[in-house]
Amino acid sequence: MATQMTDGHRRFLQVLMSHGIMEGSVARTLHRDCCEIHKVYYAHDKLDDFINVVNIHLQPFFMQIRKGMSEDDGKTYYALVNLAETEITKMASDYTENELELFRKTMDAIIVSENGFASSTNILNLADQLKIKKMKKKEAEQVLQNLRDGEYTLHTRCIMEMEQYILSNYQDLVRKCNICHSLAIQSQVCETCGIGMHLPCAGKYFKAQMEPHCPHCNEFWPHEIPEINRPDSQLPSGAPRERRGTSSSGTRRR
Amino acid sequence: MAQKRRSKGPGPAQGEDAAADEDSAPTQGAGQVQRSLERLSPAQVDQKVSELVQYLLVKDQKKIPIKRADILKNVIKDYKSVYSEIIKRAGRNLQQVFGMQLVEIDAKNHIYILVSNLPRLEGENLKQDDCTAKLGLLTVILSFLFMKGNAAKESAVWEMLRRLRVDPGVRHEVFGDVKKLVTEEFVRQKYLEYNRIPHTDPPEFEFQWGARAARETSKMQILRFVAKIQSKDPKAWSTQYNEAAAEEAAVGGLSQDTSTPGDTGGPSQGARRRNW
Repeated sequence: MATQMTDGHRRFLQVLMSHGIMEGSVARTLHRDCCEIHKVYYAHDKLDDFINVVNIHLQPFFMQIRKGMSEDDGKTYYALVNLAETEITKMASDYTENELELFRKTMDAIIVSENGFASSTNILNLADQLKIKKMKKKEAEQVLQNLRDGEYTLHTRCIMEMEQYILSNYQDLVRKCNICHSLAIQSQVCETCGIGMHLPCAGKYFKAQMEPHCPHCNEFWPHEIPEINRPDSQLPSGAPRERRGTSSSGTRRR
Repeated sequence: MAQKRRSKGPGPAQGEDAAADEDSAPTQGAGQVQRSLERLSPAQVDQKVSELVQYLLVKDQKKIPIKRADILKNVIKDYKSVYSEIIKRAGRNLQQVFGMQLVEIDAKNHIYILVSNLPRLEGENLKQDDCTAKLGLLTVILSFLFMKGNAAKESAVWEMLRRLRVDPGVRHEVFGDVKKLVTEEFVRQKYLEYNRIPHTDPPEFEFQWGARAARETSKMQILRFVAKIQSKDPKAWSTQYNEAAAEEAAVGGLSQDTSTPGDTGGPSQGARRRNW
């Protein structure tokens, strides 16, 4: 298997760059199309190998195509992420210092909360507490203007890109999923022993069990088990919940 | 220092130019660069090359042309002596990894943009966002300019747009301040040129294609777009067709057009920039 970049790889990278994050089935279709157009060796189940070739070449630039899972529906996503913060990558952001500070505070609130959400009211109040060049409430409202009332959580892309940062900065304040061992912003938690699981992971683990028990302490699992289709299934997994996500602290496109 | 101007057409400056006032890169003969390279460790030079690649990607994402002076100040810094080598390698990396080319659109002032090397495709699955509508508007303007003989007065452009219910005097639901978008944003991004017509009083301005437009699309692609809208064969406009064909021949089939007549062929979303 070749480790050279081909035009097929380059096109894949360019399209992924344009999207930032891409759902698994979309990525697989793109993989197939790129290989077809540029007559590159294609095996339908070798997307991860294909991506590895790209990643080897992205290493010197501290970029990587990462694979992750959505906490909402358990689907696989691929995202192009930044691995290092340098003077140069800081230039990538369109946000003002105030906006970045507000994002950090919002992220704090989301991570520290029980359910992985921060309300819009909560966020507006956070704006009040800004220390750097005090952001006026009106300015904060401007920032949140387009956003409806509701609960905010971190977008899949943000979690994928900032997982290491969050784990090392928040340490014991954040949970890892007992099943897949990745960062869990939202989780179901065992009331007896405290372990947590992503909702889709719980759905898979407890699938069709009449009496679900905690994998760690064996106590009865008190939560409603989310009904999850196979993550790669094309069927919708129930009605979409009314939620918004804060995207990663990268550039907002003009 | 002698101002040795070498306009080599598209392609990064090979560093053999003399310094412009603001970017103090010393005159670099090939031998000098080689000696400087030998003094620095390969790892150090590689590091600078990687930083430059990142810098170019970040800057081009906003479609702002990149100035050599900024490159020297923000990235190269103490490695000025091997500037030409660094930029050459960075250009190579961009091609090999990202399929993009570093193009000097202004050889005099040393200004660069990134352009994708990969052939355009129909129904390309790039992200559709707020920018897509703007590119649609731009395509319409570029088409108008080309069909009018590569330039048109500002007033003619506004009149054409008004017929499409886009009025520079009225805030548009999608485009906002249309006049600002067309005369400032598109011009800053090098999609359009907005030049004063000499000897006009009060001053009148005219539009032409900008360097980025010329790179991201082509006369032939725009002609095909016009032909598609009007359901005619591109050859129906013999003057424009010949001009477009001549441009294609001159470029030497560089961009192998794999598009079918269905492709709109307008300017792309930049070099499929990334969303950080």
